[in-house]
Amino acid sequence: MRGALLPLLVLATSLVPAVVIFFLSEHAWRTRTAINIAGAVGKLALVAYMLDSVAAGAEYELRFPLVPGLDFLLRVDALALLFVTLSAALWLLTTIYAIAYLGEGPHQSRFFGFFSLCVAATTGIALSGSLITFFIFYELLTLSTWPLVVHRGDGESFAAGRKYLAYTLGGSTSLLLGIVWLEGLVGPIEFTRHGTLAGLDSATLGICFLLLVGGLAVKAAIVPLHAWLPAAMVAPAPVSALLHAVAVVKAGAFGILRVVLDVFGIGLVQAEGLGVPLAAMASLTILYGSLRALAQDDIKRRLAFSTVSQVSYITLGVALAGPVAAVGGLVHLVHQGLMKITLFFCAGALAETLHIHKVGEMDGAGRRMPLTMLAFSIAALGMIGVPPVAGFVSKWYLGVGGLQAGQVWVIFVLAGSSLLNAAYFLPLVYRAWFVPPPGERAGGWTPLLAREGHWGLVLPPVATAAVALAAGLFAAVALSPLGWARLIVARDYGL
Amino acid sequence: MTATLYGLTGAALVGIGLYGLIVRRHALRRLLAFNLLGSGVFLLFGAVAERAGPGGDPVPHAMIITGIVVALAATALGVALVLHLARETGRAEPDPPEG
Amino acid sequence: MPPVAAPEAGFPWIVLAILLPLAGMVAALPLGRHARALALLLIPAGLVVALLLAAQVWREGEVTYALGGWTPPLGIALRADGFSAVMVVTTAVVLLGVALFAQSSFRAPPGEETRAALLFWALLLGLWGALNAAFLGNDLFNLYVALELLTLAAVPMASLEARAETLAAALRYLFFALAGSVLYLLGAVLLYGAYGTLDITLLAERAGPEPVTWAAAALMTAGLLAKTALFPLHLWLPPAHAGAPAAASAVLSALVVKASFFLVLRLWFDALPGVMTAAAGQLLAALGAGAILFGSVLALHQVRMKLLVAYSTVAQLGYLFLMVPLAGGGGAAQPWDAGAWSGGVLHAVSHAFAKAAMFLAAGLFLRAAGHDRIAELRGMGAALPMVTLAFGLAGLSLLGLPPSGGFIAKWLLLTTAMASGQWWWALVMFAGGLLAAGYVFRALTPLLARTETPVLPGRPVPRHQQWAVLGLALCSVALGVAPLMPFALLQVGRPEAAEEGIG
Repeated sequence: MRGALLPLLVLATSLVPAVVIFFLSEHAWRTRTAINIAGAVGKLALVAYMLDSVAAGAEYELRFPLVPGLDFLLRVDALALLFVTLSAALWLLTTIYAIAYLGEGPHQSRFFGFFSLCVAATTGIALSGSLITFFIFYELLTLSTWPLVVHRGDGESFAAGRKYLAYTLGGSTSLLLGIVWLEGLVGPIEFTRHGTLAGLDSATLGICFLLLVGGLAVKAAIVPLHAWLPAAMVAPAPVSALLHAVAVVKAGAFGILRVVLDVFGIGLVQAEGLGVPLAAMASLTILYGSLRALAQDDIKRRLAFSTVSQVSYITLGVALAGPVAAVGGLVHLVHQGLMKITLFFCAGALAETLHIHKVGEMDGAGRRMPLTMLAFSIAALGMIGVPPVAGFVSKWYLGVGGLQAGQVWVIFVLAGSSLLNAAYFLPLVYRAWFVPPPGERAGGWTPLLAREGHWGLVLPPVATAAVALAAGLFAAVALSPLGWARLIVARDYGL
Repeated sequence: MTATLYGLTGAALVGIGLYGLIVRRHALRRLLAFNLLGSGVFLLFGAVAERAGPGGDPVPHAMIITGIVVALAATALGVALVLHLARETGRAEPDPPEG
Repeated sequence: MPPVAAPEAGFPWIVLAILLPLAGMVAALPLGRHARALALLLIPAGLVVALLLAAQVWREGEVTYALGGWTPPLGIALRADGFSAVMVVTTAVVLLGVALFAQSSFRAPPGEETRAALLFWALLLGLWGALNAAFLGNDLFNLYVALELLTLAAVPMASLEARAETLAAALRYLFFALAGSVLYLLGAVLLYGAYGTLDITLLAERAGPEPVTWAAAALMTAGLLAKTALFPLHLWLPPAHAGAPAAASAVLSALVVKASFFLVLRLWFDALPGVMTAAAGQLLAALGAGAILFGSVLALHQVRMKLLVAYSTVAQLGYLFLMVPLAGGGGAAQPWDAGAWSGGVLHAVSHAFAKAAMFLAAGLFLRAAGHDRIAELRGMGAALPMVTLAFGLAGLSLLGLPPSGGFIAKWLLLTTAMASGQWWWALVMFAGGLLAAGYVFRALTPLLARTETPVLPGRPVPRHQQWAVLGLALCSVALGVAPLMPFALLQVGRPEAAEEGIG
């Protein structure tokens, strides 16, 4: 155990900017931007420092009692760091993107204040060392994303906001009920003390597992609790990126990871037979999401249903309860984030620059915005699972893990999903590159960069696409997402 | 004997007062009912004091006097409010009958 | 009997805490329009006294003071345990916020002395003295006097704007309060007749479970519930609280109803712990549950913001009574003692801050827009961002969501409910939380709506009023981040029944 200051600092790098930004004048554009970027860069630096020492086996812990027996506990372990690194890196890029995207729009102090608060909540979720700390940040996330979802302030946003709240608050009620129930029986639950639940009877364990995972499944958008996610697409593009890749959906998936790995423990989940139903639900979601995505004409809605599908890979991996599948699930947490945020960045840029919203309007987009569409294509191929992009690595581990766990049907789910992925992503890529833009003769080739948007809209997707590619190409490196996921699983399984 | 008489009278007053407070709609009647109720309680207090023997227990006496002062103040406030209300609406009923 | 010198050593801050505001009230009446200056001077001083009293309790444990050196049963004792110290400090902080808020709204310009401006400050000081007397008294008759004084200050406050409907509301309030006081006094008479004392400490030793005590307890509890506006005796509260000026509503809703709640706890846990039965506790909690569900549903249907906030008070008061049957249900697994009791008290405190902030915020919206019809407050969020933030933060505490004092309180109540197998109360709390989310976000939604043209406040809203609202809201949030201090203070002189339960 090392200094308690570091986890606090990591949290503060987004919490302090959030508070300061709330009180900034609407016109303090420069100050606001500087604070945003400084916080994001600072967090990234701290995370980089911790990556090194946690790899060497160090853990950081911060504990202070709220009331006796109710400790606020932050702990940096390998799993926490996986999520923190992802959110820190993507926050920086999303901030750059959001600054460019919003331009001079209204209510920016409110927007960036809640934006930073949202990231602070995500960081807190990642670093939580106990169930109750996790819940505190989980709720903070719910509340800080609501103003972002309704940011446009029109009727449609408020309808989506209402739906979002109804689902997520319902989910957290279930989550809290589960936590209260379990802690009423065994006292405070921390993520490191395995085996505290071993003495409970099967029925209680089953119900509590259902309550906890059921509550988390709302944010993780597992069918049938997913309907808020496509509705929330009315939010500005940076918010969608955040919702889908970094914060909300991931928080749900991460919570499921924590519950399965660190609250119940993989052994107990297996012994009580809780993993198989969860895996089945995840598989159902994977296929359902893909099918629905296929039917969407709106690009952002197509991406939203794709998220529903892809995030469940994470749940599937951990529900299969074997080490290899768990690696697949964990690594997909990062890979899906990288690829999906790229797709949303690109979709936002297309909408902003070329006013493309529908699949049918994609014709020739590749020629008009080649860099953006290149990033989009890489991410889309990754989602399908084409090597060497990162998505392939995830699917490979999930498939092998399924076989190893004796669940052969997983292969069919993966194959079916990949086919569907291809069916809904390839038309977009095809139209962008191989169909001439409307009103232009075939063969007319406008010069490179001619129509790209603001650099702040181009750089982030290109960067994330490059990282997604690198994560696949250099998967064998120790500090790659895959290497890190293997480290976590090795520690968790005591291998 | 006197204690019992005080007690019974007090109980009766409490009953009448409570009835008035619940049933009556006119604010002044309610205030009067409250005063009846209060007097009943004070009489009960007196009965309790009387039981302590000749001369009685002084503590309840002190309490009764304090209680009367408080009740007086409350009644004054109530009357002031009723007057105000009557001036504003021409009625002295906080809950006018439905319809 | 010769006067016996009380054994206490420290400075009697406990007496000063009651004397200072009451003397202030008496002095304020002839001062006319300078009453405001006096109140603004006394309230910070009173906060210091409250903090010193709390420090004394913290250092030396329970503080008792025999007035005039006469010990009970003949004399009258004041007593400050952790619970009363917490309530006294809460009162002082809320009043400071309200006074900062009100100092410009209840300010009579030289030459024209309005009745409201004159009365407000004197009433505020009187109310404060009565509250402190209720929190620090240890004699049931003394507490009756405090309650009456509270009524006499609170009712005129509710009718400061002498319109027909506020006068009617105040009159209704007065009748409920008076009926409550008389019932309380009737119970006190029975207790005195049976045990020859009204001192809480002595009663706890003497009173046993017998019919006369049950009758007395039932009468006193019923009386106190009428004053606390617990469902189904809540009818007077919404019109009275919503009709008062914002600063007055804040005090009424945040503090005044808590005084009679405080006395219910004193009666059940301190004075008659051996008398109450578990079934009575369940009944009280059932009324609380009714309040939560009924009040929340009504709050959901309100068209006006101040009424919404008032109905939310009806609902939130219900939570306080859930603690009665839950006390003692710690469960072996829990590392804390008296979780439900502490949770209930923390709820009372955090609700005081949150509700004061909410009423003041509603008052500012009313001032800026000229009305408080929720649906027509569109775009006010952009005009008054700080107030909207405060409203949201206070709402957080009402929802019982982290980070807020309301969350910690609810957490303690919930874990105890589950640990003691009384899961039905937990379900009520969950339902209440969801309903609260419904009404809080219903109020927030139009505020955040974007309008074609920016909304400008019809009347300017002074900066210091906005800060006062935000400060109070932040207090309720801060309780969720650092509740340890009040929590530990609460444990000083905690009644045994809080740990072992009732019945």
